[in-house]
Amino acid sequence: MSLDKEKIKHVAKLARISVDEAKVDSLTKDLNSIFKFIEQLNELNTDKVEPLTSILNQSLRSRKDEISDGKIREKILKNSPKKNEEFFVVPKVVE
Amino acid sequence: MSNITNQSLSEILESIKSKKISSLELTQAYIKNIENAKKLNAFVTTTFDHALESAKKFDNKPNNEQLLSGVPLAVKDLFCTENVKTTAGSNILNNFVPSYESTVTKNLWNNGAFLLGKLNCDEFAMGSSNETSFFGNVINPIGDHLVPGGSSGGSSSALAADLTPATIGTDTGGSIRQPASFTGTVGLKPTYGLCSRWGIVAFASSLDQAGPMTKTVNDCSIMLEAMSGFDEKDSTSINKKKESYSKNLKDNIKGLKIGIPKEYRVDNMPKEIDELWEKGKKILKDLGAQLIDISLPHTKYALPTYYIVAPAEASSNLARYDGVRYGYRSQKGKDLIEMYENTRSEGFGDEVKRRILIGTYVLSSGYYDAYYLKAQKVRQLIKKDFDDSFTKVDAILTPSTPSSAFKIGEKTNDPVSMYLNDIFTVPVNLAGLPALSLPAGLDKQGYPLGLQLIGKALDEQKILNIGYAFEKNCGYKNKIKKWWS
Repeated sequence: MSLDKEKIKHVAKLARISVDEAKVDSLTKDLNSIFKFIEQLNELNTDKVEPLTSILNQSLRSRKDEISDGKIREKILKNSPKKNEEFFVVPKVVE
Repeated sequence: MSNITNQSLSEILESIKSKKISSLELTQAYIKNIENAKKLNAFVTTTFDHALESAKKFDNKPNNEQLLSGVPLAVKDLFCTENVKTTAGSNILNNFVPSYESTVTKNLWNNGAFLLGKLNCDEFAMGSSNETSFFGNVINPIGDHLVPGGSSGGSSSALAADLTPATIGTDTGGSIRQPASFTGTVGLKPTYGLCSRWGIVAFASSLDQAGPMTKTVNDCSIMLEAMSGFDEKDSTSINKKKESYSKNLKDNIKGLKIGIPKEYRVDNMPKEIDELWEKGKKILKDLGAQLIDISLPHTKYALPTYYIVAPAEASSNLARYDGVRYGYRSQKGKDLIEMYENTRSEGFGDEVKRRILIGTYVLSSGYYDAYYLKAQKVRQLIKKDFDDSFTKVDAILTPSTPSSAFKIGEKTNDPVSMYLNDIFTVPVNLAGLPALSLPAGLDKQGYPLGLQLIGKALDEQKILNIGYAFEKNCGYKNKIKKWWS
């Protein structure tokens, strides 16, 4: 299969990345060469193979549902590019 | 002591213990080296004041009972360090100052070391040449026109140039072992789950693993011992007793079975790599190991599998960079969605964007089965190849990379040729196994070449022992002229 420019723009929309129109051609070329490489996998019949979901021979641990941390609002807000005293600030979403 | 910085970590620790040198003198010597090595571009951030202060504190009240007593260390800028900028080589994090410390670096500091600075790397560890960093490419001390490998290229360059006595990197598809191979240094990717991932900027969570990069195998065992261990904060951390890798290091490998996989070759592989492999086999055989031919039939599918699994996980992990909670935010855009799109477009570099798009596509509705599920099935086959082989052998010997260090700019226009550099390192990540890259020889241009030892899960001690014996009998020495200072 091959990816055309429209498909790439759609995927970029899904990924929330704006794509510079001038770069779409080279991006299309690169992604198609990568997918050509990836599609070697189609040579293999994997109908009877179980997908690998974890490489550890253990299931994920669960912990007690207890609060172990907290009251660190200042620390959390510290790195925000735009904030007020209590909240992250984003462009207006509701009219 | 004029040449303390070209010694190994274990020699340096000995000198500190016996008071031949103070921690402060040692730290000053590294700072001087770093200041003279700006051309290599190995550092994103230096923390000299912190290092000098910590060294003085150590000298006033030395505690030599720790694994890394009084030693300054620079680390890859992918490890979050409390109150020290952590960029992951990206514009999108270029102002990010964590309020917490990664478990692995905390382990190093708890063992007596202190931070010297943060080392350049490929953006979000995505790259094999350290050319995707927002902070510019790093130069290999072996030659001013050569890449240091990647993604832990700042780490390999700094180590080989005597800018840090040892360092740590992360390895998702070869990012410790390939740069180690390109710079004539030792690099270990531990078993998945041995070192905590908590506080490391995430790339592909089922593959990422932190590990040591050092000048010798003994140093590697010391660093691994210091950095590893169970961590409640990482849900995939393995809960097991801590091992004393350095104390248990042995060079007797008599009777061990070493597998030689016939699939570890590529078209047009330089003859020198084959010769190097032959040399490695002979050294191990002469030490009493038994060589056994094995087959890992799905090896050629490892890289295509990786380029589905890793971008898929990355696209999900990197969704967090939205310009709201931390990091860079674009000033353009009339609403929230446009702000996200512009932030991510301006904040990420081309390689990262490519991988996010691949990952988004293979996970998108209608394509998941054809790509992601398929890759998870092939991953099972790759793991099974190793499981089958390890019923017959103790460890596997392969070349680390299909070539020596390449020229800056040589592969940047062809992503697939860049990816092919990781062809011998990627299978290990997919199977979650430990692997050690050892400097083993030079090619005809005088550039280092490495051999890789792959072990069973949690069998780090065995590959370290084999590596230790190999190192003693290989006689490899890095010959670096300090052209940059």
